[in-house]
Amino acid sequence: MSANGKPKFAMYWAAACGGCEIATLNIHEKVLDFDANFEPVFWPVAMDGKVKDVEALEDNAILLTLFNGGIRNDENEEMAHLLRRKSQILVAFGSCACEGGIPGLANLSSLDSLFETAYDTLSTDNPENLRPSPVYEAPEGELHIPRLYKVLKTLDQVVPVDYYMPGCPPESHQIAAVIDLVIQVLQGKAQLPPKGSVIGAGVSTCCDECDRKRNVKKISKFVRIQDVKEIDPELCLLEQGIPCNGPATRSGCGALCPAAGAQCIGCYGPAEGVVDFGARLMTAFASVIDSKDPQEISRILDGIVDPAGQFYRFNLAGSLLRAGKPAWKW
Amino acid sequence: MSEKIGVYICHCGSNIAGMVDVEEVARWAKETFPEVAISRDYKFMCSSPGQELIENDIKEHGLTRVVVAACSPHLHEPTFRGACQRAGLNPFLFEMASIREQVSWVSTDRKIATQKSKALVEGAIRRVVYHEPLEPIAVDIHPDVLIVGGGVTGIQAALEIADSGYHVYLVEREPSIGGHMAQFDKTFPTLDCSACILTPKMYSAGTHPNITLLSYSEVEKVDGYVGNFTVRIRKRARKINEELCTGCLLCQEKCPKKIVDDVFEVGMAKRKAVYVPFPQAVPKYPVIDTENCLYFQKGACRLCEKVCPTNAIDFAQEDEILTVQVGNIILATGYDLFDCKRIPQYGYGVLDNVITSLEFERLTNASGPTGGKVLLKDGRVPESIGIIHCVGSRDENYNIYCSSICCMQSLKFAHLAHEKTGAKVYNFYIDIRTPAKSYEEFYRRIQEEGTFFVRGKVGEVTDFARTPEEEGKLIVQVYDTLAGIQRRIPVDMVILSAGLEPRRDAKEVGKLFGISCSADGWLIERHPKLDPVATMTEGVYIAGCAQGPKDIPACVSQGAAAAARVVGRIQQKSILLEPVRASVVEEQCSGCRICNDLCPFNAITFDEEKNVSVINPALCQGCGTCVAACPAGAIVGTHFSNQQIMAQIEGLLDLAFEPSE
Amino acid sequence: MSEKTTFEPVIVGFTCNWCSYRAADAAGMGRMKYAPNVRLIRVMCSGRIDPQFVLKAFAEGADGVMITGCHPGDCHYIDQNYKTMRRYELLRRTLVQMGLEPERLRLVWASAAEGQILADEINDFVETVRALGPLNWPKWEKEETRQLIEEAV
Repeated sequence: MSANGKPKFAMYWAAACGGCEIATLNIHEKVLDFDANFEPVFWPVAMDGKVKDVEALEDNAILLTLFNGGIRNDENEEMAHLLRRKSQILVAFGSCACEGGIPGLANLSSLDSLFETAYDTLSTDNPENLRPSPVYEAPEGELHIPRLYKVLKTLDQVVPVDYYMPGCPPESHQIAAVIDLVIQVLQGKAQLPPKGSVIGAGVSTCCDECDRKRNVKKISKFVRIQDVKEIDPELCLLEQGIPCNGPATRSGCGALCPAAGAQCIGCYGPAEGVVDFGARLMTAFASVIDSKDPQEISRILDGIVDPAGQFYRFNLAGSLLRAGKPAWKW
Repeated sequence: MSEKIGVYICHCGSNIAGMVDVEEVARWAKETFPEVAISRDYKFMCSSPGQELIENDIKEHGLTRVVVAACSPHLHEPTFRGACQRAGLNPFLFEMASIREQVSWVSTDRKIATQKSKALVEGAIRRVVYHEPLEPIAVDIHPDVLIVGGGVTGIQAALEIADSGYHVYLVEREPSIGGHMAQFDKTFPTLDCSACILTPKMYSAGTHPNITLLSYSEVEKVDGYVGNFTVRIRKRARKINEELCTGCLLCQEKCPKKIVDDVFEVGMAKRKAVYVPFPQAVPKYPVIDTENCLYFQKGACRLCEKVCPTNAIDFAQEDEILTVQVGNIILATGYDLFDCKRIPQYGYGVLDNVITSLEFERLTNASGPTGGKVLLKDGRVPESIGIIHCVGSRDENYNIYCSSICCMQSLKFAHLAHEKTGAKVYNFYIDIRTPAKSYEEFYRRIQEEGTFFVRGKVGEVTDFARTPEEEGKLIVQVYDTLAGIQRRIPVDMVILSAGLEPRRDAKEVGKLFGISCSADGWLIERHPKLDPVATMTEGVYIAGCAQGPKDIPACVSQGAAAAARVVGRIQQKSILLEPVRASVVEEQCSGCRICNDLCPFNAITFDEEKNVSVINPALCQGCGTCVAACPAGAIVGTHFSNQQIMAQIEGLLDLAFEPSE
Repeated sequence: MSEKTTFEPVIVGFTCNWCSYRAADAAGMGRMKYAPNVRLIRVMCSGRIDPQFVLKAFAEGADGVMITGCHPGDCHYIDQNYKTMRRYELLRRTLVQMGLEPERLRLVWASAAEGQILADEINDFVETVRALGPLNWPKWEKEETRQLIEEAV
């Protein structure tokens, strides 16, 4: 407890874009409840705070830590260990912490090729062909920057995680609901779900919340959404040949994308009990292809131009294989 | 609570122990896995003492799981499940590793075979931990039976079942039952008249109160599963009102249109447009062949209608669709004759007087086109006849298998031809095969009658004469492998003893009934020796030549055997099925409807109101395709759960492959 | 002491209860010797073969994975193996994009009678994978590989 009697709260971003923080700040008037009940002690995006302040806390001093972003370098991992040690409840917050997210897609490539893309393309001004180096001998002394790992890892691949809250970012109303829940637990009015649970989401998949009309599925083509002239506003997108990840994606967002005429891209991760999101999605797509002819099947599958991106957009680092072969074998 | 697993490694005499260090596998299992409470090896696990070993351990040590590494589960899974059950352990808490078929019998290196056995055993140990107790599903058996094919096999099966007091639907594609046997003249080796022994059976089948005879009909669709098949049958329109028709055949007599009969008379005689295929046909009602009937083709005639004394002609009659419920099905769909035109060097279809075995049957049949006289095309009596064996059989260009009946059939032809014409008869054979009761005696008899036997595969049949004696003859060119010389033997008539082939639509028939065909196209039995009339699909049996070439006694035996199996089943009233089934976890189902079109048994439906998919456990056959397809992981399958298989994968891969030095 | 020069791949083979598992039985009954590198798993139908299982096998150290079933059109469950065919193709495409050699995943149809075909396919597959060398997909949870992966650049 803090001096003011309020339980401590922390939020940290590792390899992330910042969207999770914005979504958290976007809980509107719920922020007042939050303020009334929590004492933020460490939250780089919202307040000034130093790592040494966290280090100075007693273990388990923080009640709730929302950790977003994947583990891309040794600094991320160090912070994960630190916050784990200091927190009673550690939540993997958002797709990246839960499953790697978009940064996890870099697990398809070797670090060399990542650097090449970042520092060596035509549009990059880098005449000396410089690369980041973890240690640099500057005139003022030795400088250190975090060392990149070969692959990005999910939070639970480096420390034990209490709860998972998926979404890219998690929907603000779900965040508000989770904060509400924690407040109720503090007031003795509710109980926490079992450790390891997914919170702030449903147990079914996106289709459960999607208003589009669904029929028995038989797919005879896949087509990228930008190539579709006219999208039927009523009909299931998958039935229109648009590779919608909704059937495999955990419910909880309210099927926002399909409602807006865009396919679900899978940010809420796999449904309850599913080990590998991509595998589940590809088996579903393949099962309903309307052909028994290998050539035609092949032609239909040509419509999925980027299978790894399609099936593992948010889940690569958390999938069974975790990475493409170039990322770990070079 | 952690499990207590008993692991049993079978020696199978020396079958396994000869290649796998079974003691080592047993020792390793006990040492490596804390859950393994007991690990033993034993000479024959499947023997009574072997099974008692398991039973005693379950009782004494309170085992909660059992793993047996022995032969294929297809052989002894039921045996060991039985042992578990007798000792009070749910039989599904058992797993088997096949270290005989998959290891000892296919390996050459003891160290590596032992290592592979360990990997398979570890897979089983890891898997069995996640097994769940299951109860077999009891399914009622509908007592009615469908028999497809009205040849002698189907007739025999139908009569056996009908006589046992159960109802049979006997479906035959042709207008009459009887099959190939009805076309034959005499039957080997006794030479009794085919019609004389078959027609009484046909008549019984046609009049039996327990048999619904559906001739001129075909099965179109089969749904359901053992005990509860729903079968849709198309009863084609005969254009004859069967209730009014008396079978007087006045219509056939008066019909002005004659067509070559390619089916029953194999092209050797003509029939009318309204006809029964042969006089003893069952049922007795004729059929109007609308493709040839003058009224249907040209709109005029209707002579049959005028002469019919009972007004039974019904030109407006339509096909009738019948849907029947049956509990078991017997397929006795028979065979097709090898098409002799595929061997052009034998001249069939080009040279007059080169005929097939079936054509000779019609020729020698007293009710056939010549009234039973064996004559050449020009009406002369042949002075010499050559019979070529193995036409289309035992030949890698056509069919590799032996058609099994041709030797005896050819010997029969030799006898009949000799008897009826006094001609000199040559049998051209590769080997003579007479492996059944009284067959060898028949062979001797034919030899003693003076038939010439030439051992060699005929190269060619030609009418191109080289010598004056060959003029006007068919010359059989053959390498006589006993004399070691090429011979040219001039004859007047050549009979091609054509082999038997699977029905041209056997594959489609197999698909319709959910069973498969072997590489050469015959329907596959469950086990070639121990379960010859059952199939891999519960409730579907096969009998007669549908399963492979065989002679009449074998067909009749199989028909009766299949009938006995079916009657036994019916009398049990219900059957226990493996409880391998899929089900939907409703709260996880999003109603995406991916699975809705995946079930070939129509077990998956969609509940619009609840917005979830539903699996009917009675229709589910347990294949697991929907389990593997559900994107939400909302469909779960028993006994092949994700957890079980994932654990097995981990177990299988725990040990690396260490090569032998 | 001889250097270990020969690489022996480990292959996981998924078989269906009605055709390919029985083909393995038939190969055994026919005493057809084949490479001991393959370890088989039985499911009721090739349609049950979840791509998750294939990924799991690679992740657990398999150097190659075989998916086997009844011939198209001969499925014990009518036509479920067509679904297998389609899933295999999509899975193959995905794995190729992830840098996996396509030869490490093979689809084989073998009827219950085709023990020899299955044995021949296994032999050929083992040779193919042997030529590719070990896959050694990291067993990520294990400490030694963990260190290997975290090794900074």
